[in-house]
Amino acid sequence: MAGIDLEVSEGEIYAFLGPNGAGKTTTVRMLVTLLAPTGGSATVAGFDVERDAPSVRRAIGVALQEAALDPLMTGRELMHLQSTLHGLPGDEATRRGGELLTRVGLADAADRRVGTYSGGMRRRLDLATALVHDPKVLFLDEPTTGLDPVSRIAIWDEVRRLNEEGTTVFLTTQYLEEADQLADRVGIIDEGKMAAEGTPAALKAQIGRSHLEIVIAEGGSEAAEVVMARFGDPMPSKNGVLMVALEHGASDVAPVVRALDDAGLCVESLNLVQPTLDDVFVEKTGRHLEGADEEQPRPSDLPADEPVSA
Amino acid sequence: MTAAPVPARLRAPGFAARLRSEARVVGELGRRSVRQAFRRPQFLAPIIIFPTLFLAVNTGGAGRAVDLPQFPEVHGFLDFQLAGAMLQSTMLAGVSAAIALALDIEIGFIDRLFAAPIARASFVLGRLAATAVMGAISALWFLSVGLVFGAHIEGGVAGALVVIALVVLNATAFGTLGAALALKAKSASTAQGIFPLVFVILFLSSAFFPENLLLEPARTIAEWNPLSLIADGLRDPIISDLSLRPTLEALGGIAIVAGIGTALSVWGLRSRIQNA
Repeated sequence: MAGIDLEVSEGEIYAFLGPNGAGKTTTVRMLVTLLAPTGGSATVAGFDVERDAPSVRRAIGVALQEAALDPLMTGRELMHLQSTLHGLPGDEATRRGGELLTRVGLADAADRRVGTYSGGMRRRLDLATALVHDPKVLFLDEPTTGLDPVSRIAIWDEVRRLNEEGTTVFLTTQYLEEADQLADRVGIIDEGKMAAEGTPAALKAQIGRSHLEIVIAEGGSEAAEVVMARFGDPMPSKNGVLMVALEHGASDVAPVVRALDDAGLCVESLNLVQPTLDDVFVEKTGRHLEGADEEQPRPSDLPADEPVSA
Repeated sequence: MTAAPVPARLRAPGFAARLRSEARVVGELGRRSVRQAFRRPQFLAPIIIFPTLFLAVNTGGAGRAVDLPQFPEVHGFLDFQLAGAMLQSTMLAGVSAAIALALDIEIGFIDRLFAAPIARASFVLGRLAATAVMGAISALWFLSVGLVFGAHIEGGVAGALVVIALVVLNATAFGTLGAALALKAKSASTAQGIFPLVFVILFLSSAFFPENLLLEPARTIAEWNPLSLIADGLRDPIISDLSLRPTLEALGGIAIVAGIGTALSVWGLRSRIQNA
């Protein structure tokens, strides 16, 4: 790690976005007192991670990347153990465990061994264990990596709900959409250094205007390019998809469509593409975030004969 | 990260409250480990099944060893072998503890514990508590098997209680060695690799055969092997009236094992925390 300098406000959701090996997990392990920093300083919930590590541990909830769950324990046993680790008395531990298992939708599976749980269930159980002591700050290390879309959304909903209840959330992710959807602010990390930081909107605004991708019915492309050039800077077309960086952003969409219609050109599909956090990542680091293309396919990435949606 | 003033629940508890809380944590981790042993047969087999089979084979196959000149006076070879079986069981309980702890490190379960506001030694103490329980189970099992198949416990009930206590302490002592091994190896397969060594060390002691009937250099090694002290101390209340000296010598042997194991565990735990 080098040059990581960040501050997360109480009640915020902060996403640490970066590719594998960028240093996200190392940062989290230092903040949750699992790894001693070799330099610099950090405070979590007002406590120094080195000098007052036990107080940090009392204040935080942690769900690590590996979902460190004992496959031989049942969900209920694990909740009880976690409650004991945080000093909850027996009755309260039982009540709290049951309450949280219900909250994450695992009440019916509570007495099954964790080894029989699906990936999504394990993540939800891991999240529930991190909440037994009602932590002020919740650390989630890649909470949805490897999950199917439904499980991912379930985790997102739960994180939002926790945040609305006042929990500060610090999460790491390699998914652009996750950072975009969940975070109040995003820190982009690459090779152990902070490449950019801000709200998703502000970061995207830094790198420029939105662009329009249009597919025109056969034979009309050249004429369409002339029309589109009136509304901004033309961009190189790709796989038959024409592109223009709009001068006035989204407000130019309707005039472009009208102008194409007036010119007798038939629009097969149209897509307004806003700058993404991957664009920000490219701008700051000179390369794409791994998996960004898979996550957010664009019309220009599809074969020319494949239908695109407007 | 910034925060408002510290609420009461985040403040450090007093010494007594912390001690009570740590005791509960060790108890809970111990319960988890015992459950784990009963849910995963490969943890239980080395403690009960292997030594029982070994006891059966040894007793059945070498029973006439009692007729050798200078063999201690015993009712039967089973009486003599029970101590060896219990010693073997407790040593393998230590190996099982090492494998289970190494698995906890491998799957990241240790991070769950280290990220909680508990003493990090609880991770090891919980496992040791479970190893002690497994020791008690082992002692009860082998004494029962012995009695069912005709062994005599010359020391009576008091002798049996001494045997149980020594087995529990011995299992715990070998648990510390197991913990040290797991913390250094961090891999269950490496911890499992120690398994054959247990038999070599056992055979170079008086666990299965009287020290005075061993050939050189095994005899000299057995004289210096602390396991001989433990084996003789376990055997004494079974084959003769209860006497203090062998018990104290066994406690000395256990203390040597526990001392080495504890020192290595503390070293392993410290380096584990520094390099987590």
